Amino acid sequence: MNIKRSGGLVAVAVVTGLALASCAANEAGGGEPSGGLSGTLVGVGASSQGSAQEAWIAAFQAANSGVTVEYDPAGSGAGRDTFLAGGSSFAGSDRAFHDDEIAAGGFAACTAESGLVEIPAYISPIAVGFNLDGIDSLDLDAATIAAIFTGEITRWDDPAIAAQNEGVELPDLAITAVHRSDDSGTTENFTEYLGAVAPEAWPFEADGVWPLDGGEAAQGTSGVVDAVTNGSGTIGYFDASRAGGLGTVAVKVGEEYVPFSPEAAAAVVDASPFVEGRGEGDLALELDRTSTAAGVYPIVLVSYLIGCVEYQDPAVAELVKAYFGYVISAEGQAAAAAAAGSAPISATLFERASAAVALIH
Amino acid sequence: MTAQALTGRDRPVRRLGDTLFSGGASTAGAIILAVLAAVAGFLIAQSIPAVTTPAEQISILRGRSFWEYALPLAFGTLWAAALALLMAMPLSIGIALFISHYAPRRLASVLGYVVDLLAAVPSVVFGLWGANVLARAVQPGYSWLADNLSWIPLFAGPASGTGRTIFTAAIVLAVMVLPIITAICREVFLQTPRLHEEAALALGATRWEMIRMAVFPFARAGIVSAGVLGLGRALGETMAVAMVLSPALVINVDLISSTNPTTIAANIALSFPEAYGANVNVLIATGLLLFAITLVVNTIARVLVNRRKDFSGAN
Repeated sequence: MNIKRSGGLVAVAVVTGLALASCAANEAGGGEPSGGLSGTLVGVGASSQGSAQEAWIAAFQAANSGVTVEYDPAGSGAGRDTFLAGGSSFAGSDRAFHDDEIAAGGFAACTAESGLVEIPAYISPIAVGFNLDGIDSLDLDAATIAAIFTGEITRWDDPAIAAQNEGVELPDLAITAVHRSDDSGTTENFTEYLGAVAPEAWPFEADGVWPLDGGEAAQGTSGVVDAVTNGSGTIGYFDASRAGGLGTVAVKVGEEYVPFSPEAAAAVVDASPFVEGRGEGDLALELDRTSTAAGVYPIVLVSYLIGCVEYQDPAVAELVKAYFGYVISAEGQAAAAAAAGSAPISATLFERASAAVALIH
Repeated sequence: MTAQALTGRDRPVRRLGDTLFSGGASTAGAIILAVLAAVAGFLIAQSIPAVTTPAEQISILRGRSFWEYALPLAFGTLWAAALALLMAMPLSIGIALFISHYAPRRLASVLGYVVDLLAAVPSVVFGLWGANVLARAVQPGYSWLADNLSWIPLFAGPASGTGRTIFTAAIVLAVMVLPIITAICREVFLQTPRLHEEAALALGATRWEMIRMAVFPFARAGIVSAGVLGLGRALGETMAVAMVLSPALVINVDLISSTNPTTIAANIALSFPEAYGANVNVLIATGLLLFAITLVVNTIARVLVNRRKDFSGAN
C-alpha cells in the first residue's frame, strides 16, 4: 500500500516534469530579434482575406521575430468600424471607405490631417462552375448567367445557352442554381458584376445577401462547391481556387469569351480607374466590370488593406509600413496565391502600391 | 433506562458535513439561477437597439420590419423541431421499451451503449453527413413525391435538385435527438415498480397490455420530460441545420422544395460573421425570441404533466 501511494505521486511528478520540459523547448530561439523591428500589430477585417493573412503573418513573423501580428477575420464591416475607432492599426475590407465616410473623419489611429492608405492587395477571381457530364467549359454572357440565376432559364438545352455554344451537346436537364446562404463578399461582387453588365436581366442592387427568395442555397464556399459537385445539372459561383474538377464558364467580355485565370483577374484591376478626388496613398478602385479590354476576367473579389498615412504612434507606423511592404511584394503575393488561390497583383499595381506604402510615417 | 422524552433539547443534530452539503447544494442551485439570469439580461440588453432603431437603418432587415424578419424564422424553428420530434418520439419510445422490456439482458446493454454513442457524434459531422449523403439518398424520393402526390400541399413544390430541404434537416435533427430521448425513457421504464408489472401479468395481461397498464402511466411524466429535452436540442441545433438546409426567409409548409423556412439558430450562424452594428442586435433579438419560445414550450409541457399527475399509476 505504501508503494501504491508513493508510486502515484512519483508518476504525477514525472509526467508534470516531462510536460513542462517540453514547453520550454521553443524558447531556445530567443536571443535578439532579427530584422530590427519589434512590437505588436493588430488588424481586424474581411474573412475573405483570412487564409492569405495567415500566410502573410507566418512569413512576416519568421523574417521579423520581434514582431507579433494579429489579424481577426471578424468581417469587413467590423474591420472598418474597429479601425475607425482606433482599436486596430490596419483593416482588411472588401470595399474601400466611401467619400462621405472619409470626409466625416475621426480615424482615431491617424493624426488629424492624415489621409488614408488603401491598397487593393488581395484579388480573388470568382468562378461560375457547373456539373454536367462530359462538358468542361461553356461560353455564356452576363445576361444569360443572370437569367439562369433568376430562374428565367430553367433547362440546360435552352436556345439562349445553345446559341453561344455551338458544337456542344447540351443535355435536356433541369438547371439547379446554387447561391450562398450566408452574407458574403463573393455574393456582393458577383451581384455587382451582374447588375453592372446586365442590368435588364438583373435589376437588383449589389448585396452580400442573395436578393432573391427561392433557389438552392448553401453555406460557405465549401457548401456551394459540395452542392454543385453532388448534384447533376447544378451551377454555382464560388472562389476560383476551389473549382476543382468542375466545369467552368468563360464569360463574354466585349466580343470574346474569357475563362478565369490569375492574370485575367489581375488585368481587370489594372483596367479599372482609381476613384477620383482621393489622397495620394488612397488606391481605391472603381472596378470597371463592363470593361471590354482584352483578356480581363471581370468577376473578381478585390479586398483592400487600409491604414493611415500618418499614425499617431510612429512605432506602429514603422510596423504597418514593413507589413504592407511585405504583403504587396512578389514573395508575399506568391505566398497568398499558394495559401488562398488569389491572383498576384500586376507589376503596374505594385509600383503604385509601393509609392503609397512609402508615404506611411 | 427510561425512554428519553424529547424535552427542550429537540433540535436535530447538525454536523459539519450536513452544513457543507446543504450549503453546497444551495450554492449550485443559486449559481444556475444566476447564470440563467445573466444570459437573459445579456439577451434583453443587446436586443433593445434592434427594436428602438428605425428599421430602414438596419441593413440586415432589407426594408422589412423586425417582426416580418423574425416571424418566418420562428415558424421555421418550430416547424423543423415539430417534424423532428414527430419522427423521433415513437422511435425512441420503441427503442427504450425494447431495451427495458423485450430484449435479452446482454443485447439490451449493448444496444443501450450504441445508442449513447450516437449522442457523442459532433453536430458538424451530422451536418456534413446530412448535406452530402442523406440529401443525395432522399432526393429521388422527393422527385417521386413531386411527380405523384403534388396535390397534397406538403409535397407541392418543384422537387429540390439536391435534396437539401427542411424534411432532410428534420431527419438529421431526429437522429440527433433520438439518443437523448431514448436514454431518459429507458431509465424511466426501468424504474417501473416490479410489483405493478408482476400484478398485471398475474391477472393474465399480455406483455403489451402490461406495458400499457403498468409502465406507461408511471412513465408518462418521464416521457414528457424526455420529449422536452429533445425538443430543446432540436429547437437550438445550429450547425447541422445551417449545413443541410437551403434557406430562405419565407413561411411555407412545402417539405420537398428548395425554398425552405430557416431556423433562428442557423440564421444567426450564417449571418453573424459578416454582421456589424445594429445587425448584430437584430440577430441577438432573434436569439431572445428563441429563448422565449423554448421557455413557453417547456412551460406548456410541464403544465400538461402536472395536470395528469394525480392520475398517474405511481399513486
